[in-house]
Amino acid sequence: MTYGTTVPHPGQPGEPLDRPADSAALPRLLPAQGAVPVDLRTHLHRFGHLPYTGRAARLIPVLQAAGLTGRGGAAFPVHRKLAAVAQAGTRPVVIGNGAEGEPASEKDKSLLWISPHLILDGLQLAAEAVGSDAVGLYLSRHPRLLDKLHAAIAERAAAGVDRATVEIFDAPPRFLAGEESALASRVNGGPARPRFKPPMVFERGVAGRPTLVHNVETLAHLALIARFGPDWFRAAGTDDEPGSMLCTLHQPDGRRDVVETELGTPLRSLVTLDGHTQAVLSGGYHGAWLPAADAARMTLSNADLRPAGAFVGAGVLAALPADRCGIAEAARVARYLALESAGQCGPCFNGLPRIAAAMAEIASPRPDPRAVTDMIRWSGLVQGRGACHHPDGSVRFIRSALHVFQDEIILHGQGRCVDPARRPFLPLPADTALSAADWS
Amino acid sequence: MKNQLRVDPTVCSGHGLCAELLPELITLDEWGYPIVADGPVPRSLDRHVRRAVTDCPVLALKLLPASRTAARP
Repeated sequence: MTYGTTVPHPGQPGEPLDRPADSAALPRLLPAQGAVPVDLRTHLHRFGHLPYTGRAARLIPVLQAAGLTGRGGAAFPVHRKLAAVAQAGTRPVVIGNGAEGEPASEKDKSLLWISPHLILDGLQLAAEAVGSDAVGLYLSRHPRLLDKLHAAIAERAAAGVDRATVEIFDAPPRFLAGEESALASRVNGGPARPRFKPPMVFERGVAGRPTLVHNVETLAHLALIARFGPDWFRAAGTDDEPGSMLCTLHQPDGRRDVVETELGTPLRSLVTLDGHTQAVLSGGYHGAWLPAADAARMTLSNADLRPAGAFVGAGVLAALPADRCGIAEAARVARYLALESAGQCGPCFNGLPRIAAAMAEIASPRPDPRAVTDMIRWSGLVQGRGACHHPDGSVRFIRSALHVFQDEIILHGQGRCVDPARRPFLPLPADTALSAADWS
Repeated sequence: MKNQLRVDPTVCSGHGLCAELLPELITLDEWGYPIVADGPVPRSLDRHVRRAVTDCPVLALKLLPASRTAARP
């Protein structure tokens, strides 16, 4: 089994890919070398033309056999979502989700920048599979990225490869902007805030129509499975969690990389897990911390991570060095998560700021001992009580920090800290939402 | 069909009327927002449940078929 981006792909850019079905080699989604954006000509030369099936629903059993799951974080089976939308009613809408509101994740932006045509192929093929002619792409608001995708779509229009016209929508820079119902609201012209479910977005989303929302990386895998088939896809990964995925890796020395790797890759071959790493954050700011010694025995798979309270999510792995304060990090993120509440649900907009304040107290020297008990109570109160999973994910993150950084909490009780300077490690955006306008 | 009681938390503004009308199933948290008991609504409470649903000042309380609350594609 191969891993990572260092293994050359058999189809070098500019050379036709002869027998892709024989190859499990990575990378699949990214170019074999470098990070130069792939234009349409190079893309079609490497992968061949779009394999339209000629009829709705034909691709769905192929995706089922491949076992592709959503790469946006929830790992939901892709074929079930397509089948649900195809059955939900007439004139469905298909949207590629490239909002990537998670500050620790860069993989969607990287893929959109480097391999836009794989994503745009996936959009067309998914639209055909559910019988849709209304297709959109929802992108984080980076001017260069938006220009790039507009140019890629124009390139395809000139070459006549697309059947449905792709409309681009921009997402506000909010953590929750990519939540499916927030996406639907934004595309409908409203704020990118989650709404109460039911109805689910696959039943009633954009313009009140059944709406298929897939993460952009998921669409890129879909475009390759449509070409090379389920067996090719399954040549990488594990039986239960097949294929490859993009990960954003945060190394203890501060280095940040986006790599493509197989599911089932040992975590220790992705991030440095020697004695200088104390813990790993898996799954981003709705994910969970793992002690480095535990993470060193695990692979990148939900089979390994779920029993430990974590999950693969959208492939964020952050290795916290031993000389940083995990509680201070968790307090910074908790404050961010509280500020990123959409402010709609009472338990969330009341609970998360209190939880964040308690976390800040625990991060300070000689904290009030009531802070921990308060936080445990508030965490229980907010869980399961939002219109979206923001309170649940935030609580998962905080609870795992309290568990994994217990020794640090004891140090703080003695008025000490492993890093009195409190140097920040995890990336956080500088600005947060101040008014309703910041959600549009 | 078994029904389940759900609060739309984006609409609820914490009036607390539901907890007065239906203390068997609804309590209030320390900020005044309703906590609804899990599981299907007992038939014996049907009348009280319907009253609580129709009397919510912002219509945030919803009675949904149990199958609709577990919905995911």
